[in-house]
Amino acid sequence: MKVTLIDYGAGNVPSVERAFRRLGAEVETTNAAEKVATANCLVLPGVGHCAALIHALDAHALRQPILDAIARGATFLGICLGLQALYVSSDEASDKHGLGLLPGKVTRLPATVKLPHMGWNTLQRLRTLRLLESIPTGAYFYFAHSFAAPSGGEECAAVCAHGREFVAVVEKRNLFAVQFHPEKSGAAGAQILQNFLKAAA
Amino acid sequence: MTLAHRIIPCLDTDGSRVVKGVHFEGLRDAGDPVELAARYNAEGADELVVLDIAAARDNRPTFLETIRRVAEQLAIPLAAGGGIRSLEAARAVVRAGADKITVNTAAVERPQLLSELSAEFGAQAVVLAIDAKRDGSHWQVRVRGGREATTLNVEDWARRGVEMGAGEILLTSVDRDGTQSGFDLDLTAAISKAISVPVIASGGAKLPSHFLEVFTKGAADAALAASIFHDQVQSIRSLKEFLRAHQVEVRLPC
Repeated sequence: MKVTLIDYGAGNVPSVERAFRRLGAEVETTNAAEKVATANCLVLPGVGHCAALIHALDAHALRQPILDAIARGATFLGICLGLQALYVSSDEASDKHGLGLLPGKVTRLPATVKLPHMGWNTLQRLRTLRLLESIPTGAYFYFAHSFAAPSGGEECAAVCAHGREFVAVVEKRNLFAVQFHPEKSGAAGAQILQNFLKAAA
Repeated sequence: MTLAHRIIPCLDTDGSRVVKGVHFEGLRDAGDPVELAARYNAEGADELVVLDIAAARDNRPTFLETIRRVAEQLAIPLAAGGGIRSLEAARAVVRAGADKITVNTAAVERPQLLSELSAEFGAQAVVLAIDAKRDGSHWQVRVRGGREATTLNVEDWARRGVEMGAGEILLTSVDRDGTQSGFDLDLTAAISKAISVPVIASGGAKLPSHFLEVFTKGAADAALAASIFHDQVQSIRSLKEFLRAHQVEVRLPC
């Protein structure tokens, strides 16, 4: 299985690459539009500021290739900002549009709790998930974010809460995304990536 | 779905080896950072901090190579620091595999550094380390490994640091560091309650009860220790089992 990892300079690209390689996957890191458009197994990592990600996608003309790949049926995984970028817009980058594949707007978590939401938290599964197969209920995953997507949509397969409930896992046909960092989430995180590879196979 | 309190081992290195000793004095070898990192990753550490405490000396490439080798071992977050004074130096550390950058003296000297790091890597990647020494009813910021006084008040500096872009405060009690007499609970609680970002308590840990106190009375979000883990005085797993038995939310790896 060859994983095409979109490298637009995000800080966690090397860790994601390392995590997939540990599972025996072949990884191609690229910011070339034609490689993204023709990928069968596509990963969009991200950490930091949403505007930087959206800007980088536009700077490398990657927006349409990503949409084309997903429309063609490529198995896609968005990580952290890679999840947030799937929505229509984000308050963190209010002058820019997201990829618009999912409805709604990414907003800041409430100031009633410490932000960033940083550290290990559990999930509440809303249905049987392919990404969470053979992972025990109560497993912890590593989060590091201050903005999050609204729960409630049909794409939302698992939620987490910090100040309010938010989308932790998206599963919609070939579209997968996680708000946490599987590449930093120990054995449970490695299993998520393994399950993603299985879904892509 | 409650955020777990984090247990964070810290590797103080001279660039390539883990060293022990308070503030450059009586340093002794405490092991190989790569071996220790692998052990902590397997034992359920929630994060790892690697510091270059000899950063002023000429060993930068060595430290970057250490970060690379440590990062290879980890499936948990890695924070690295020691002598990072510029965006360029931080980029090298991130490229080597660190998820977070820890800055201390350089941020006191030039607070703008925090904004630069935050703009490039995001606030979640910027850890402001503050060395605090009690001074009457408040705490004074110390720099250069705790040896040099400043005129800054710790609470004021922590607030300012967060405004400038720090996403987390690593708060070390200079008074407690190396004493194994417990965390400074008053200091930790005062700062944790004053700011909107997570606080990592550091300095003075030995017993499981010290960790329990710092998470309850000290309101810490995470707790850091070094030698008690290196010397196997305290195992991370048994510490977490103790905390869970006392109703503190922790991650026990499956």
